Amino acid sequence: MSALLDPTGEREPVARPRAPRLSGVSGKTLGLLDISKPRGDVFLDRLSELLVARGARIERFRKPTFTKPAPLDLRQQIHAKCEAVIEALAD
Amino acid sequence: MGLGTTGPVVPEGLVAVVKRDCPTCELVVPVLQQLAREAPPLTVFSQDDPAFPPGLPVRDDRQLDASFAFDVEIVPTLMRVDGAGRVTAKTQGWKREDWEALTGVSGLGAELPGFRPGCGSRTQDPDVADRFASRGGGSALRSRRVEIGSGEDAIEACFERGWSDGLPLVPPTPERVLRMLEGTTRKPDELVALVPPDLADCTVEKAAINAVMAGCRPEYFPVVLAAIEAACSDEFNIHGVLATTMFVGPAIIVNGPIARAIGMNSGVNALGQGNRANATIGRALQLVVRNVGGGKPGGVDRATLGNPGKYTFCFAEAEEGSPWEALSVERGFAPSASTVTLFAAEGVRGIVDQKSRSAESLARSYAGCLRAVWHPKLALVTDAVVIVSPEHGRVFRNDGWSKARLRERLLELLTVQGDELVVGAGGCAEGMPPQVAGKPVPKFTPDGLLFVHAGGDAGMFSAILAGWARGPVGSQPVTREVRT
Repeated sequence: MSALLDPTGEREPVARPRAPRLSGVSGKTLGLLDISKPRGDVFLDRLSELLVARGARIERFRKPTFTKPAPLDLRQQIHAKCEAVIEALAD
Repeated sequence: MGLGTTGPVVPEGLVAVVKRDCPTCELVVPVLQQLAREAPPLTVFSQDDPAFPPGLPVRDDRQLDASFAFDVEIVPTLMRVDGAGRVTAKTQGWKREDWEALTGVSGLGAELPGFRPGCGSRTQDPDVADRFASRGGGSALRSRRVEIGSGEDAIEACFERGWSDGLPLVPPTPERVLRMLEGTTRKPDELVALVPPDLADCTVEKAAINAVMAGCRPEYFPVVLAAIEAACSDEFNIHGVLATTMFVGPAIIVNGPIARAIGMNSGVNALGQGNRANATIGRALQLVVRNVGGGKPGGVDRATLGNPGKYTFCFAEAEEGSPWEALSVERGFAPSASTVTLFAAEGVRGIVDQKSRSAESLARSYAGCLRAVWHPKLALVTDAVVIVSPEHGRVFRNDGWSKARLRERLLELLTVQGDELVVGAGGCAEGMPPQVAGKPVPKFTPDGLLFVHAGGDAGMFSAILAGWARGPVGSQPVTREVRT
């Protein structure tokens, strides 16, 4: 028997339950997050039209750059203002 | 140097530590026998053979617990210990007058020479010292211990646990990790960086474990630590470098005295295989990202193709013989400073020019090759490092071109009318937005071209390392000083 030292971060991620599914979009506040990839705005503009037509309120957000994780304050803003968020991931 | 509560309990009086494998210890056997008779109590610890010295009660110290507790460096060591277990006097080797003064017995070893130096204590053997330090419950090491069965192959065990980059790893035993930690004065629990993508704490100890696995020697370790710090800075953005579908990985360029001190290669085949420091420092950084940060291919690493430099990419600048100031000096560090500069690099692309004998002609070759970086119709999107070989460097030196002059000329040569670059121009859909039409557009920004001197003496070849998305939205070159 010999021992090796664990080279990993030894993290034990906390498992969180998913938020309950929304019953519908009408009357709900939905976030649309543009990660600053090309043409993300085209996709989200159209999505916004479709969601507004179904009675949703829309809050728009934009990451400073798609190459880095969203800043903490942006994540908190989204969390505070919205019941769900849709992210436009790739170009 | 008292005995802690974990030290051996010995009666107040004389204590000797010896080993059979020491001629001076053999020599003083009659003296020890004399002291046992004339100045009891004498407690003798033997480091290698409990039957030595003959004719005396001996305490077995093959585990070296007493030797470590008494901080013995040389054998024989003779000590006087008080009632509280504290050492009040100590002498090493054999010197008659010192032994007589310490024991109060005169006429010791009358038949012996007056002086013989001792031998190294077994506690000084590096393997033994490591093993002792790692065995202690109060050891400084905090990482989880992964038990490996006696029938299990340690290298295979590392593969199975997902720690490997695809090549065999050196199994990170506590002994090896302790030896790696000898390469720095920083404490094992000191935080080096938060490593993306998990933003996990990378302590000096975690870095050491991964450096062991990569095959580093302890003297490389300060370079590894500096590289981790640089990689995890917001400017370098290793998160994005890892996550991108593009080719890049971190290339480490080492400047300053440490490169030579640890035997790095900046000459023949500088970007290739065969040098341990070059090979393992770059690999250690990537293993930290993989294991501490949790960044793995197919996970957060989404590279479409990647490049072979993602196994390891580290080399030193050939500062001696360079026509220019070192990269680190250009970036604001003293010539005496040792630094790492990290650049998010694609693979190596060659520049072949065997005919130019003037700087202007050679600059034109460089410009032609640099134009193709990413795509000939894309500009101001990425940075590049040009690795200038000695034979090309000589051309610039002979014509008196500074780095600044070469950079300026390349920017001129690489400036074209935007009309040639716009989407659709030349029958090619890729390109710049229509707004650049009618304007001159340089391929690079002035701070986006870096020059490094490296390579073997023969060959009129240089190399380009193309980058990733440049500036604050992507990755910026980052230089950090190497601290020991």
